[in-house]
Amino acid sequence: MHTTLDITKDHCPMTFVKVKLGLSRLASGDILEVLLKGDEPLHNVPKAAVEQGHAVLEITPGNDHILVVIQKG
Amino acid sequence: MSEKKFSIICFSGDFDKAVAAFTLAAGAAAVNYEVNVFFTFWGLNILKKNAGRSLMGKGALARFFNFLMGGSKNLPLSRLNFGGISPGLMTGMMKKRNVATLEELIDSSKALGVRLIACEMAMHILGIVKEDLIDDVKEVIGVPTFLDYSKDGQVVFIS
Repeated sequence: MHTTLDITKDHCPMTFVKVKLGLSRLASGDILEVLLKGDEPLHNVPKAAVEQGHAVLEITPGNDHILVVIQKG
Repeated sequence: MSEKKFSIICFSGDFDKAVAAFTLAAGAAAVNYEVNVFFTFWGLNILKKNAGRSLMGKGALARFFNFLMGGSKNLPLSRLNFGGISPGLMTGMMKKRNVATLEELIDSSKALGVRLIACEMAMHILGIVKEDLIDDVKEVIGVPTFLDYSKDGQVVFIS
């Protein structure tokens, strides 16, 4: 299953909160596509996901956002 | 158990400091820290089941104090409170700028499994019992238990 989560308008700590809660609702193997903006979430969203045992499949910069694709572990 | 641990002692019952405590709690839990928040003295007002003013507690003086302090809807801003209107104004600014409100931060902390704990001694002074606090407060503890919970982690004191 693919789910998209847009946190481009959110700020700390909700950026990280929404990603963690979003991942918790998925089943193992599901994909979460996170749209984010700024260095803080870019640095810490993938890091926190990997720490939790998930896989970061892709980090792609866009025009006004960055796409981070996470597969739930 | 998580390897990373972060504990907050929330002594303050001010609105802005409660925002700081729950921002740290939710943020740390979101990036995989085990988080404890220990509420003592004024901080207990944030956890009262009755969010408004009420004559709760045992004894006339305790009931008077608890009425004056109120609950989570009565937390004052630590500066520029303007008779209690500022927390509402601040919440409006937070919403307008898409920053999480205190209520959202508390809900997020609960959803992320932050451990909310209350100080046995301060509750005794204020004449309140566990049933006077929100159900998410699972434990009423003393210093030794807090030290056990916070051992080998980072601790901050919000005064």
